[in-house]
Amino acid sequence: MIDYLIRRLLSTVPLLFVILLASFAFMRSAPGGPFDNERKLPPQIEANLRAKYHLDEPLLRQFGRYLGGVMHGDLGPSFKYQGRSVNEIIAQSLPVSLTLGVLALFMALLLGVPIGIVGALHHNHFKDYALMSVALFGICVPNFVLGPILIILFSFGLGLLPAGGWGSPLQILLPAVTLGAIRAAYVARLARAGMLEVIRQDFIRTARAKGLSERVVVMKHALRLAILPVLSYLGPATASILVGSVVVERIFNIPGLGSFFVNSAINRDYTMAMGTVLLYSVLLITLNLVVDVLYAVVDPRVELK
Amino acid sequence: MIRRHLLGAVFALLVFSGGCGDDAPGAQFVFLLGAEPETIDPGQVTGQPGGRVASNLFEGLTYRHPVDLSPQPGMAERWDLSPDGRTYTFHLRRAEWSDGTPLTADDFVYAWERVLNPANAAKYANMLFPVRNAREYNNGEITDPSLLGFRAADDSTLVVTLHSPCAYFLDLCNFFTLLPVPPHVVEKYGDAWTRPEHIVSNGAFTLASWKLSRSFVFRKNPRYWNAAAVALESAEGLSTDNINASFNLYMSGVLDWTDSGAVPQFVVPEIKKRADFHVAPYFCTYFYRFNVTRPPYDDVRVRKALFLAMNRHDIVDYVTKAGQEVAHSLVPPGIPGYTEAHLPDQDVAEARRLLAEAGYPDGKGFPRTELLFNTSESHKNIAEVIQQQWKKNLGIDVVLVNQEWKVFLATTQALDFWVARGSWIGDYLDPNTFLDMWQSDNGNNRTGFSDPDYDALVDRAARTVDPAERMALLHEAEDWVLNREMIILPVYYYVVQNLYDDRDFAGLTPNLLNTVDLKAVRPLRGHRGRPREKHFDRAAIPAPAPPATVAGE
Repeated sequence: MIDYLIRRLLSTVPLLFVILLASFAFMRSAPGGPFDNERKLPPQIEANLRAKYHLDEPLLRQFGRYLGGVMHGDLGPSFKYQGRSVNEIIAQSLPVSLTLGVLALFMALLLGVPIGIVGALHHNHFKDYALMSVALFGICVPNFVLGPILIILFSFGLGLLPAGGWGSPLQILLPAVTLGAIRAAYVARLARAGMLEVIRQDFIRTARAKGLSERVVVMKHALRLAILPVLSYLGPATASILVGSVVVERIFNIPGLGSFFVNSAINRDYTMAMGTVLLYSVLLITLNLVVDVLYAVVDPRVELK
Repeated sequence: MIRRHLLGAVFALLVFSGGCGDDAPGAQFVFLLGAEPETIDPGQVTGQPGGRVASNLFEGLTYRHPVDLSPQPGMAERWDLSPDGRTYTFHLRRAEWSDGTPLTADDFVYAWERVLNPANAAKYANMLFPVRNAREYNNGEITDPSLLGFRAADDSTLVVTLHSPCAYFLDLCNFFTLLPVPPHVVEKYGDAWTRPEHIVSNGAFTLASWKLSRSFVFRKNPRYWNAAAVALESAEGLSTDNINASFNLYMSGVLDWTDSGAVPQFVVPEIKKRADFHVAPYFCTYFYRFNVTRPPYDDVRVRKALFLAMNRHDIVDYVTKAGQEVAHSLVPPGIPGYTEAHLPDQDVAEARRLLAEAGYPDGKGFPRTELLFNTSESHKNIAEVIQQQWKKNLGIDVVLVNQEWKVFLATTQALDFWVARGSWIGDYLDPNTFLDMWQSDNGNNRTGFSDPDYDALVDRAARTVDPAERMALLHEAEDWVLNREMIILPVYYYVVQNLYDDRDFAGLTPNLLNTVDLKAVRPLRGHRGRPREKHFDRAAIPAPAPPATVAGE
């Protein structure tokens, strides 16, 4: 296990380097720069600005300088927000996005798994069809439709929940549901498929023959294996939550990393954009690693090589 | 079972951590700031959000009257102007910074040198260029700061020497770039001096907190010289740039005041009837630039033909619909003492005649050209109307092209376009801010128009002392770029579209620059934090409270 982990971690280093190089190349090849504005800067001032941020140096040198910084954990100064470093901006906005993302993931699991399992156990009966229709609806409705609908219903209609912002538990509820509900739909379908496959296995029949209650059969024996497809979905699920959070943060006015990320591209804030790409990459790689390890833990048949 | 408890525990932990409320107790007045500002350092501020913060924390030699924007005595109690109009002697009042340090004339000298110092690369350094040697110091021609045209004669006297008379210098004194900064704080903390734990202000408010991408919280500054006239104890400015979310925040009662940054175009027809929707003139014009170096737009007859063929009333009546006025000039009306140039109304017959004279009768032979704008639904709607009008009235085809904002800026800067959308907000209430941009060396020109006589005219106006004569010269300059050369196509004057309830706060009457002047705001019913009424008819409410007396009057 340790060997496997070390090998995986070592292989991420060249991967991250390639990601950084690619994002650097893409950002610099886009027309327009961070200091382009409606009001044109006097040439001397623009030259001073560019010198201050080392934009007048050859590209390769700039990349080398950036890479050196990254290896010391310094992601550089933001080109847009004067006096703030990328580290600082990420440190302030990442916890917000993480909280939202993790809650959304929990919501997805808490909603999706029971729905899928119940559907599987009542396979081809009314309950199954009803639940799977709800799941299909969840998959089809995009979050920028679901979010405003929930706002209309719960904020303006019933007046129960705030329409946006961040800080109190009530404000987290609607965004987490918006972000999580769609993933819940996928989870439901996956859990159902997984459960259907497991429930037909011989060892389940044995367990029932032994006289164990249905609850024990399902919860103790079948659930472990039925969860497997859901587990392997966790990787892509996190990716889609990270991406989806950008839209949800906009809709609910949440001060998370997603909006900084989008704005950094629009503003040509090179360091902010690259720093966020790096962060997301590290998150995804780590999560995929965790999922693979979990897989081995949950399913005794899997061996990590 | 353990798994379930663990899940629950982590869930609870996350809910109450991760950015949860160390929110300040509810502010008295919550307003929309706009996007997260790049900086709030007055010497570096360029955008409206940063400006809104800086102008409430710091006060310059003068401050803007909240209603008519005229310069009022701020840090300077009174001033003398030499007969040749070049030397101001400002007599400062006794004032202190919010940490008790006395404010002196040296603070202004420090702040202005800091702006002009090329090493700091201040983007709005040109606001100080009327001062003698300022431009030369900023572009490195001279390096000795003692040569700059401002000095502290003593602790409470600032002497400013301009290189030529400047009629709007007192207006410039309340612009962000000329606000004082506390030297003892800036020197000690460097770039971090604007953090709430370090910052020190001389204006009506201090900065209690600054949460990135969330909000700024202002607290009344008891050491402000006119604190007695300031009614608000606290205020909060929300940093959000999502127009729909901001609108929701206003309608759910979280925001007490917003500007057009919270008014999506599609809700305008419906909320127009509401009594909390306030429309007022804004000192900004929407226009199209011609690239006068690129055929066929290098022919003034073609440019005039295109203008005369437009029906701009269709645009303001059916596209923008918020009560904008068709622009009869470039400089928006409202400057005391100035008469704007006057553009002719639509005249299709004359347009066709001019186009034929230029060599394209009925549009035949007119080359394929592009109408360029930055990506936005509203710009696209307007461009489509214009495209259709030119097709119908002149028989010419233009292709609509939209580009992302930064790409658009790069394209127009490189003069790689035929006709491009533009707009301009005046920095101060004087026609010069709309007219010096067409000078040959001005980076905001972006039309390729270059005429040394025009440059000389604007320079001469800048040096003229007599106000009437000066306004006449500026009128001539405006007439030049419009009726004579038609280098731009003015479409409409922007309007302020503010949402606020007159019954909750007084002192919110919009001014031409749509500033948010917290010291003029007075709570009536105050912040209620409840969702707004669905229907809020204009006829139903009594007349609003009379404008609040201005702090200092």
